Amino acid sequence: MSETITALTGTGETDANVQHMSMQLALNRALDEILADNPKSVIFGEDCGRLGGVFRITDGLQSKHGEDRVFDTPLAESGILGMSVGLAMAGFHPIPEVQFDGFAYPAINQIVCQIARMNYRSRGTLPMPITLRVPSFGGIRAPEHHGESLEALFAHVPGLKVVSPATPHDAYHLLKYAATRPDPVIFMEPKSRYWQKGPVNLASADMDTAAHDAGTDSGGNLTGARVVREGRHLTLVAWGAMVARCLQVAELAAEDGIDVEVLDLRWLKPIDAEALATSVGKTRRAVVVHEAPLTSGLGAEVAQLITQSCFATLKAPVERVTGFDVPYPSGDLEDEYIPNIDRILFGIQRVLEYRRG
Amino acid sequence: MTTEPVLAAVDDDAAPLTHHQLRELYTLMAAVRHLDTAAVAWQRQGIIPGYAPELGQEAAQVGSGYAVDRSRDFVFPTYREMGVARAMGLDMVGYMSTHKATWHGGMYNPLESRFAPIQAVVAGSVLHAVGWAHGQTLSGAPEMGVAMTYFGDGASSQGDVHEAMNFAAVMKAPVVFFIQNNGWAISVPTERQVAGGSVAARAAGYGIPSLQVDGNDVVAVFEATRSAFAHCRAGNGPVVIEAMTYRRGPHSTADDPGRYRTLDEERLGAGEDPLERFRQRLLADGVADEAFFMEAQRLAEEEEEAVRAGIEVLGPRPGAEMFSLVFQEPTPTLQSQATAWREESEHV
Repeated sequence: MSETITALTGTGETDANVQHMSMQLALNRALDEILADNPKSVIFGEDCGRLGGVFRITDGLQSKHGEDRVFDTPLAESGILGMSVGLAMAGFHPIPEVQFDGFAYPAINQIVCQIARMNYRSRGTLPMPITLRVPSFGGIRAPEHHGESLEALFAHVPGLKVVSPATPHDAYHLLKYAATRPDPVIFMEPKSRYWQKGPVNLASADMDTAAHDAGTDSGGNLTGARVVREGRHLTLVAWGAMVARCLQVAELAAEDGIDVEVLDLRWLKPIDAEALATSVGKTRRAVVVHEAPLTSGLGAEVAQLITQSCFATLKAPVERVTGFDVPYPSGDLEDEYIPNIDRILFGIQRVLEYRRG
Repeated sequence: MTTEPVLAAVDDDAAPLTHHQLRELYTLMAAVRHLDTAAVAWQRQGIIPGYAPELGQEAAQVGSGYAVDRSRDFVFPTYREMGVARAMGLDMVGYMSTHKATWHGGMYNPLESRFAPIQAVVAGSVLHAVGWAHGQTLSGAPEMGVAMTYFGDGASSQGDVHEAMNFAAVMKAPVVFFIQNNGWAISVPTERQVAGGSVAARAAGYGIPSLQVDGNDVVAVFEATRSAFAHCRAGNGPVVIEAMTYRRGPHSTADDPGRYRTLDEERLGAGEDPLERFRQRLLADGVADEAFFMEAQRLAEEEEEAVRAGIEVLGPRPGAEMFSLVFQEPTPTLQSQATAWREESEHV
């Protein structure tokens, strides 16, 4: 997909600030710079130090910044997150890692009852500038509990903010942005995209996308959604690894004369309602795509926001193409579970063919 | 073979308490006893909706809280540490406001008072203490600040306590784990809660030195805490203190101990009253006389009246705080909810 994005963005090999790198490297570079910029930032978790993380996101950071800044903890997620609270209270900016999405569950009390509430409980005197990195979503044929999509769960918790990058460029800039916020941010990394390369403009958060060239890009703003492909007939709303898949779908749909807009939501809390209104206000049709199970998934929230702003002009009810209400399956069935190109195309078809009864 | 972990030799500060200090400890215990008893009455009178009394734990709480150096240490309480709060000199109206249902964490400033917000999840803050303490190590100051985390025999069953002790030991974090073993976790007695009978005994498994003290002897508690602090401050890692005491009252004002223990069992389990015991000792040692005790009681009553008056005039917080204190940087969604609330509640 990176080739497609590159083609679309038309990023200049000419610009010295734009480098092609994997999301893994972009995240690694962002963390390196965060550590250099903020002496109070500390990175820790299981195998984050000497090993550099099981996905190598923290590779080389311990040897460069020292064992006080990047360290291994015992294997206990509640301990990692509970410790983050205390470090934040002592004036640090913790960047803990939960090794895999499913292992956030053992830490749920510390995330939900402590990190999310300490600023409130302390009446703003104990902010929690914690960036919790969680390698998320499926697609890598991993064991059980290594392919979960927890965004709806996190987004439901008052006091948390949730973001997920889809490209190396966004991974780099959104992580640097999140790590300088005074509030807790759950940073959901699409692990199936770690090794895909793409252009990263190190100097500017502005994306050199075609949309940007046309002066319509909303991507310079790190707090909102981003139009990654402009279209007239329908909006695909996605985040994380599903963005690249939706771009593929858009290319295929274009062959049939269907002009699909792809909106990368990026922030899952708060959701950029304005970007949804703008995009669907124009296209008048929308399909939300996510890996998480359907029921009470974030797609429902997105559909409501669209309905709220675009009810009068919507041509069809907002469709959802999602995972199913089943435990995340074994690798052999993974492709049956994660929204694939065909299922997304069927979703588009349902919306396009909808007729008011 | 492993050797039993031991406390590092205590420093030169370990002088016996002066008469002045002993009298101060008594004055604090008397104030705590009276305020605690009064708070139960306030609940019966409808001044506050609920309270978790610490009756019988005055020595454990005052003795340990008295050892805290507010210029550098930090305390992580649960919801039954009124005596610690008082010994550390907290604004007691701010502390009691949590029981007035004004604000969950209390209205006191945790940073200035060195006392974390009141914590309702048992063992929830034990790990916070470890993180804060590791922060002291990372900051690299000599004679570093120490974190003291309070929890009970019931909370010791929580997995977070294991994680906290293990983390603290691995990282040599300056943490004092202060357990008040008060015999009861609501209705469940220690023997059905703590396998092996002692939380302190578990410390050896982590290589952490531990002290089991008579939690009803305020001087013993103070001395144990002081030596634990000295051990931590010198960079020797954590210490576990288990203060054996007794919860003489109900778990909370909503509890009815008659359903799980008899008055005879209560009398037997509670042993000697820590306040009366200390009074007898001060008398016998010629440290204080009846006039002193009467004055301590008068001060306690005066203080309780002032705190009650402060609580009674404490009105509800502005509803806008529900929204404004969630984030440092509020989200647009939350701001629009706040606006809608203001308009629809006619609070415009």
